[in-house]
Amino acid sequence: MALSYILFAFFATVAVVSAILMVTRRNIVHSAVSLITTLLATAGIFLQLRGEFLFVVQIILYVGGIMVLFVFVIMLVNLDISLRSVQFNRQKWVAGVLALVLGAQVVFAVWLGSGTLRLPPRHLAVMPARNTEAVGQALFSQYILPFEIASVLLLVAMIGAVVMAKRRV
Amino acid sequence: MPGNAMIAPDYYLLLSLALFTIGVIGVLTRRNVIIMLMSIELILNAVNINLMAFSRYYGTVDGQVFAIFVITDAAAEAAVGLGIILAFFRNRETVLADEMDMLKW
Repeated sequence: MALSYILFAFFATVAVVSAILMVTRRNIVHSAVSLITTLLATAGIFLQLRGEFLFVVQIILYVGGIMVLFVFVIMLVNLDISLRSVQFNRQKWVAGVLALVLGAQVVFAVWLGSGTLRLPPRHLAVMPARNTEAVGQALFSQYILPFEIASVLLLVAMIGAVVMAKRRV
Repeated sequence: MPGNAMIAPDYYLLLSLALFTIGVIGVLTRRNVIIMLMSIELILNAVNINLMAFSRYYGTVDGQVFAIFVITDAAAEAAVGLGIILAFFRNRETVLADEMDMLKW
């Protein structure tokens, strides 16, 4: 019991600290590396929640795919101008306070509702032993229509990215 | 079985909420569009933690399937968003959000 709490505290601390670093760093490459650290810590949380398939997907797709795309774009755009200019916009105090108020509201809601949340008893909530197999079964039987729509979405995104990156349309 | 030692779901909700709030602050306060996009990725990631936690507490994989769809959306959004940033940078030589005011006069 204690070990799972220690692991959770470790991953959660790493995730939150590097997320704060990502938002506050001046150098954008440092921000990208901090976001990669957050995503890796989140992958650890997924593993703790018995989502082995999502753990691998998170590392391969998020860290290996999306973040590499971000780093590529950071290399392509000019760093020096944005490095020397002001990093935060004019409404930063209003925006920060409003976001914190939003967070406090949700903390209050969680605190209010945590006693009344009806979950199945813990001995019934057992994950299937073969995670990848179970996810595949659900994805290709119950969720086949959203799966196909997601493939159309990816096609649209691919065409959109190609059109955007072309020199002249 | 060590995997059955379960933490109360509130902890996962609060972790997810912390990441979400940090992401919202990043979107609202930074001037650099690339960091705003990365903050949106952070927000989507926080949503995934919630989905995974409830999937675990109900003992089904439905939440994990939805997390896969969220990751798909994140990939599509990153591809199109970064394409727009590149196209804009090629025309205006800037990545700062408050200098993107071509429609304003």
